[in-house]
Amino acid sequence: MDIQYNEAELAFRDEVRAFVAEKLPKSISDKVKSSEHVSPEDMITWQRALYEKGWLAINWPEEHGGPGWSPIQKHIFEEETAEAGAPRILPFGLNMVAPVIIKFGTQEQKDYYLPRILKSEDWWAQGYSEPGAGSDLAGLKCRAERDGDHYIVNGQKTWTTLGQHANMIFVLVRTDTTVKKQEGISFLLVDMENTPGVTVRPLITLDGAHEVNEVFFDNVKVPVENLVGEENKGWTCAKYLLTFERTGIAGVGISKAALEHLKQIARTEKAEGKPLIEHPRVAERLVELELELMAVEMTNLRVVSAAEAGGVPGAESSFLKIMGTEVRQKISDLYRELAGPYALPFPDEDVVEDAIGPEFSGSAATTYFNLRKLSIFGGSNEIQKNIISKAILGL
Amino acid sequence: MDFSYSDEQRMLKDMVDRVVADQYGFEQREKIIKSDAGYSPEVWSQFAELGLLAVPFSEAAGGFDGGGAELMVVAEGFGRGLVVEPYLSSVVLAGTFFDAALDDDTKAEALEPIIGGEQRYALACYEPAGRYDAHWIETTAKKDGDGYVLNGKKAVVLGGDSADRLLVIARTSGDNPSASGLSAFIVEGDADGVSREGYTTFDGHRAAEITLDNVKVGADALVGEEGSAAKPLQHALDRGIVAMCAEATGAMEMACDLTLDYIKERKQFGVPIGSFQALQHRMVDMRISLEKVRSMTLWAACSLDAPEAERRQRLAAAKYMVGKAGRHVAEEAIQLFGGMGMMDESSISHYAKRIVLIDHYLGDRNYHLDRLIDQLTEESAAA
Repeated sequence: MDIQYNEAELAFRDEVRAFVAEKLPKSISDKVKSSEHVSPEDMITWQRALYEKGWLAINWPEEHGGPGWSPIQKHIFEEETAEAGAPRILPFGLNMVAPVIIKFGTQEQKDYYLPRILKSEDWWAQGYSEPGAGSDLAGLKCRAERDGDHYIVNGQKTWTTLGQHANMIFVLVRTDTTVKKQEGISFLLVDMENTPGVTVRPLITLDGAHEVNEVFFDNVKVPVENLVGEENKGWTCAKYLLTFERTGIAGVGISKAALEHLKQIARTEKAEGKPLIEHPRVAERLVELELELMAVEMTNLRVVSAAEAGGVPGAESSFLKIMGTEVRQKISDLYRELAGPYALPFPDEDVVEDAIGPEFSGSAATTYFNLRKLSIFGGSNEIQKNIISKAILGL
Repeated sequence: MDFSYSDEQRMLKDMVDRVVADQYGFEQREKIIKSDAGYSPEVWSQFAELGLLAVPFSEAAGGFDGGGAELMVVAEGFGRGLVVEPYLSSVVLAGTFFDAALDDDTKAEALEPIIGGEQRYALACYEPAGRYDAHWIETTAKKDGDGYVLNGKKAVVLGGDSADRLLVIARTSGDNPSASGLSAFIVEGDADGVSREGYTTFDGHRAAEITLDNVKVGADALVGEEGSAAKPLQHALDRGIVAMCAEATGAMEMACDLTLDYIKERKQFGVPIGSFQALQHRMVDMRISLEKVRSMTLWAACSLDAPEAERRQRLAAAKYMVGKAGRHVAEEAIQLFGGMGMMDESSISHYAKRIVLIDHYLGDRNYHLDRLIDQLTEESAAA
């Protein structure tokens, strides 16, 4: 048994660190580390830098532009970039629609969409959830009726993350209402920008942010060429994604960066004359969080290592999702507490840029409330527990 | 022993519930929060007319001699409606200070404009470096002829953005953070040298950072005896704690009710999600947290006149419990509502925010836990 990285892995880690030091602008990583909003431009800047290095599509096969990394290399890359404050890579194009196109798409679809995703020319959104179909995604109702060489799409998608910046959306639609619900679903690509009938409406979250949207489809004509895979076999695409490359789902690197930020705050900010870290309760919480994060990190490494040896993580990623989101939420909870009374000022843009209290306090409550979403989206933690119960515990 | 409401208390509760239901629906509240004032002068006058602003004050002061129980009834009703009127800042904090600091001859006059709703006060006590320590007062009041000159900075002053008058706690003697040497001064909100940076809080209220730069006040600005503000200040903060715990109780009750309704109605996989045992148990856990907070609030409310050691313990314990159990209910409410719980347009997210952020006023749960530990240590040393 060997829990250390080997020499080649350590060398790779150094390579990643060097790249990040050179190519990740400090203006961006500073924002990420202090939980401030990162602009779409910032995200694209980073994606372009990775693309130029050939490190953007880390989960794609080499023939389509992937770097050919092992699971451990992918893990090292994700952790190091997250710890350095790199913005999160939007998963919708790179890690959702692309793998589906690669596995189930036609040659024309691969030739057309994949390069555009690599070059950040298309911004993809995910059209999955509906007001009546959250955890029960298969219960979706958004309808696509075949009409000659088009589908006519009618319905509504919700919780569309950053849909306000997207020009493309992949949509799970109902193409057959007469069969069992999973068997009547298709995977359709829609050009939001150029197709009449698509409307995006902002949904404001409780922290005041505009991060998610509703997308309405009103008699939207989508060419049949935009169907991925077979008609009524869309659920297979969706299920494929559930186990596709989710070993990064615990977000250990992101939590490490967040915890490090908290420690810095605790060392420099004073209350009643002494640094916060000298208040016993603060030190205790920081240590406890660190312990918990260690447990998540090592569990993550065990899953990654099993993947390296050829295993395919299935329900193990559910453990990682639950553990990772819980510790990240707890870190944000302490962040809010540390701000004390200065967690109270509400963020209009001014407050976060130029906080009323100490600088870190501007995003303390925003972050805490925004991250309540972690246990809700991506397959809620309750659903993850159901998956573990069934697939691992046999209950 | 009798935990039921008296007839008067029940009438008071009904009155508050009625006015809140009429005037503080979700959309009405949103409008009020977004308005320039941040509260509704119309609703405030109504509160005054109904006598709500007089409830906590002694008869000598022109009030209805309400004790902790009455304060709890009113505040709980406000919590259920997420009312953002300046009741806590003007009536409870500033008003109680006057009631506690002045003798019967003078307090009625001082309190009249507060009770009548014509004037709003804000208690400017806490400071940026002091966090939750009310005795951390670096703001100075130096004798200047017959009057005083005030210099300093006040943090997160509730209602301080637009209050007509500030009740400023400043140090006339003693070393920071000593409780002795604190004095209270009435300062006009627009006095020379007063600058206010107002803002909305995360839970819909208004507050301000206030800087006092050579603010001159007359001898008559002093409220009570010079150097002896700590005791009336403690009364004010104690009542503030009872009010906030009661608000939390009301808000938690609504959060539980809304969540219960939701899980009964929301269908996924062909059934209401409330039929899943896992969620039923969690709903019950939320109710247990609510009952704990209700109990602790009641205990604190009935302890305002108890001997010092008991009073300290019960108030700290209640505020601690609100911090702990409140967060539990708020987080579970959001989680059980799913995506809807994250939406600004859902009322549940506003309840969750208020419940959680109540912990950031008047000492968070860590602060009060430390006070309880101090008390335990003192008692052990004395034993």
